[in-house]
Amino acid sequence: MSSRYDRAITVFSPDGHLFQVEYAQEAVKKGSTAVGVRGNNIVVLGVEKKAVAKLQEDRTVRKIALLDDHVALAFAGLTADARILINRARVECQSHKLTVEDPVTLEYITRYIAQLKQKYTQSNGRRPFGLSALIIGFDYDGTPHLYQTDPSGTYHEWKANAIGRSAKPVREFLEKSYTDEVAGNQEECIKLALKALLEVVQSGAKNVELAVMRDKEPLKMLELEEVEKYIAEIEKEKEEEAEKKKQKK
Amino acid sequence: MEFLIGIQGKDFVLVASDTSSARSILSMKQDTDKMHRMTDNLIMLVSGESGDTVQFAEFISKNIQLYKMRNGYDLSPSAAANFTRKNLADYLRSRTPYMVNLLMAGYDKNEGPSLYFMDYLASMNKCPFAAHGYGAFFSLAILDRYYTEDVTRARAVELLTMCVEEIKRRFIINLPAFRVRIVDKDGIHELPTIKPQVSVRSIASESL
Repeated sequence: MSSRYDRAITVFSPDGHLFQVEYAQEAVKKGSTAVGVRGNNIVVLGVEKKAVAKLQEDRTVRKIALLDDHVALAFAGLTADARILINRARVECQSHKLTVEDPVTLEYITRYIAQLKQKYTQSNGRRPFGLSALIIGFDYDGTPHLYQTDPSGTYHEWKANAIGRSAKPVREFLEKSYTDEVAGNQEECIKLALKALLEVVQSGAKNVELAVMRDKEPLKMLELEEVEKYIAEIEKEKEEEAEKKKQKK
Repeated sequence: MEFLIGIQGKDFVLVASDTSSARSILSMKQDTDKMHRMTDNLIMLVSGESGDTVQFAEFISKNIQLYKMRNGYDLSPSAAANFTRKNLADYLRSRTPYMVNLLMAGYDKNEGPSLYFMDYLASMNKCPFAAHGYGAFFSLAILDRYYTEDVTRARAVELLTMCVEEIKRRFIINLPAFRVRIVDKDGIHELPTIKPQVSVRSIASESL
């Protein structure tokens, strides 16, 4: 009866801020880090794996979700909210294929998710989704993309980005280290994502989850041994760099 | 006028459909594909009201894909068949029923091969062999006589050819070509299209 007069939760403050949206962005900053790197023919997603309690079962994949054969999503923020968004996105991917007989483009599905998030910042009695998402994949014509959405409903395309706790130092690291040379080499892209994560995560293959996607291939979650192999390579490179610097002196 | 057939073997299901698409007296297309891929190991053959056939097949196919995305693994053939039957049954008593007859053939690593026969009244039967259309009258009799559970792939193709040649000989409508596929643990494979020629002596008169 009085629901018609329920005021929206997200209202403007006197100085033009939407506080609920900003508080949602704070919730994102509390979530575990996720990093995405786009190469010329590969896209990489890396997430920080939170340590599980002793009696808890370690579920392998939780933060990287497959939306369709060619699109994957990693998020930082409220897991329960993410579940809802991921489900809606999955339905939309199939619905799109049913109506137009083509798989979704990355931009389309990102726009859909962003529009959904925006709707919840302007709806009666609803709060915004407390998560940012990194969406990776390949369009049907083979071009790779990496998009980022945030609780306000905006989305942008990135070459490499990070979200969640410690997103800022990771992003700064990526800005320093991302070059066209890296983008052209698949192994370098994987190592860049891993290096970026290891900046802020306790070192160890057990604490990171890495997934790669290549054109027309399904999403591949890297096994523990493969991640350890890359970490060993990175350590070796770091040592060689340190040696070179010493010799220069 | 349309014909669908499925024959289940020990570790495969052989399916075939005719390739003509006709409206009234006009044959619009002679290379139609009436089989729709649901998953890597599941195929659906549809016949019936044109429009309804493709619509229903694609609707079921996308819902099966959605299940795979949500859960990380495919629906088993029996689950998919029951899901299909439920949809047919629900729509049957609505204002917009689907006028489709279909066969679903699949291979599951736990259940083995399976063939499901469904019709527009939403009945479903799991059968070792099944057929839809006028051609079924000719085919089922032949398969009753010669089918065995441990039929090999080569023998199954022979049986299929027998059925198809009988249809060529005795069915008043000309069905010139039949698309053939086989489903097994390695997926769905295309076999050569069968274009039956009328022979004077029927193969079915081989020694009993």
